[in-house]
Amino acid sequence: MAARTLFDKIWDSHVVERLEDGTAILYIDRHLVHEVTSPQAFEGLRVSGRRLRRPDATIAVVDHNVPTSDRTLPIEEPESRNQIETLERNVREFGVPYFPLLSERQGIVHVVGPEQGISLPGMTIVCGDSHTSTHGAMGALAFGIGTSEVEHVMATQTLLQKPARNMKVVVEGALGAGVTAKDVMLAIIGTIGTAGGTGYVIEFAGSTIRGLDMAGRMTICNMSIEAGARAGLVAPDETTFDYVRGRPFAPRGEAFEQAVAYWKTLVADEGAQYDKIVELRAEDIPPVLTWGTSPETVIPVSGTVPDPAAESDEAKRAQLQRMLDYMGLEAGQRIAGVPVDVVFIGSCTNSRIEDLRSAAAIVAGRHVAPGVRAMVVPGSGIVKAQAEREGLDRVFLAAGFEWREAGCSMCLGMNPDRLTPGQRCASTSNRNFEGRQGPGGRTHLLSPAMAAAAAVTGHLTDVRELI
Amino acid sequence: MDKFTVLTAIAAPLPEANIDTDKIIPARFLKTTKRSGLGVHAFDGMRYNPDGSEKPDFVLNREPYRKAGILITHDNLGCGSSREHAPWALLDFGIRCVIAPSFADIFFNNCFKNGILPIRLPREICDALMDDARLGANGRLTIDLERQVVVRPDGEEIAFEIDPLRKHLLLEGLDDIGQTMQHEEAISGFEAARGRAQPWRTRIVID
Repeated sequence: MAARTLFDKIWDSHVVERLEDGTAILYIDRHLVHEVTSPQAFEGLRVSGRRLRRPDATIAVVDHNVPTSDRTLPIEEPESRNQIETLERNVREFGVPYFPLLSERQGIVHVVGPEQGISLPGMTIVCGDSHTSTHGAMGALAFGIGTSEVEHVMATQTLLQKPARNMKVVVEGALGAGVTAKDVMLAIIGTIGTAGGTGYVIEFAGSTIRGLDMAGRMTICNMSIEAGARAGLVAPDETTFDYVRGRPFAPRGEAFEQAVAYWKTLVADEGAQYDKIVELRAEDIPPVLTWGTSPETVIPVSGTVPDPAAESDEAKRAQLQRMLDYMGLEAGQRIAGVPVDVVFIGSCTNSRIEDLRSAAAIVAGRHVAPGVRAMVVPGSGIVKAQAEREGLDRVFLAAGFEWREAGCSMCLGMNPDRLTPGQRCASTSNRNFEGRQGPGGRTHLLSPAMAAAAAVTGHLTDVRELI
Repeated sequence: MDKFTVLTAIAAPLPEANIDTDKIIPARFLKTTKRSGLGVHAFDGMRYNPDGSEKPDFVLNREPYRKAGILITHDNLGCGSSREHAPWALLDFGIRCVIAPSFADIFFNNCFKNGILPIRLPREICDALMDDARLGANGRLTIDLERQVVVRPDGEEIAFEIDPLRKHLLLEGLDDIGQTMQHEEAISGFEAARGRAQPWRTRIVID
């Protein structure tokens, strides 16, 4: 057999059948379900009299809509309440395992999956959410699907898919002070662009990636979709196995050892061919952030906002100008020093315990700048409890941060946590699209440490000045 | 799902790249549990002022484009969130075909599942079709899926590529779940064989 990439190996091991035109019926190991993209799929099953084929390969959680304030109070927004109650009816009717709102195991679906050992190396994992790419950090083929495909997986435990092309992004070297996985991924997106990964699955490799903990690898894979890729992957290694060991739904004892023996085969073969290879050096990556309304508008924190006049393509020039106008920035302006109104630390990109530790290290002994609303939203009830055991909640609260309950929160403006028009937010989330965090809101994507720095100074700040 | 055979319709030009699915349908409209009714919110931020009044310059607020059945854009249409609410909103507005130089993967897939035909054509051809579209009611395009051509108002035909399986499903208006369920034996066989080979695999059961 020809030398295969990691993607090829996971793909091949899940092909149930190849159809005439090259489409594969691909077996799906794990289906993660949340309240926003599932109601129409459950309804579809009901209407056609189909059953949910494998409840024991499915897990449901509420995250997008949920308020992150006091959970014992009723949910005020009637449509949000309806969507959550609809999910609860559906999981009962179809027998789907479910972590309810008041469970400590509730949280953002892409935090919960790995945390519970539901997402494991070598699996195919899907969810009606584009950030399913997060689970690629486990060495799993994980990707977002639409609601029709959610229904397809519910009914058949498979998807009709064509193989993706292989891209490898190699990052080598040691990260500088104040530089995190988020900076690495933003730098990668800035390099290849938001459509650079379209049609590809990206395998992240190199010593920098190997050196990242699982949370960092999840941050990287999470934003693969922001580079247009269907999925991101990191080959499983000892860091992965150590992370998985002992998690609630992971294999145990002898079974775990058998699993590890298999997982160790999940690396690209010597000589495996990639359709595209991109290389970056870690020492070239400073702390970065986005200035515009596309995740590819990445600049160093020491940099300036670009000048549309320098762009020769008329359509692109107009788009840059529109971004500047929307963001309330001037061409050539230094990005550091721009005042912020809100700081959001959370989302499936950066709400794990490691992210909170990184932010708390900057916040400790300092105070949120006057006039800034700063919030920390842990990715799950488990993360929240762990942070409280470590005293991180007290660090944030003493500094004037809000310490909230787990959920998607201000990442996407469909729960009560939203920006108001014109508000500028330093955000650890993944998308800076117009209106993403609330109509008229202005988003700068950055790392938890950089977000913490912005909170305590009141403006976009080079975190290295505070280390 | 409605069959897609031949569509003759007004085309709306929207010469922007990277139109993300948050732009097509912002998250605050995703709280529905239905597929229908989202057309009124399609392109909400581009289409309406904060007070709810229409922005008169936006193409879908102008005649004859209020009745557009085809949308033409620049690169990377539908990037970002996987929300199928984006094609549902387009469909509910009346769009059955989207033409762009490139599409984001998930959006591209989602279109097919809802009887919307996404067509990839080179940027210069998209620009030429946008010029046709600017003729308004006189610039109707015809999409002939069986023959895989876009017919311009002057009769010129532009060929496009489409995956044969997807073409078949669109032409017949078929739901692919039923098709896949015919392979149930193979799926069960796959599960059984793997269960024997990899007995360490776990099930999700919550007591």
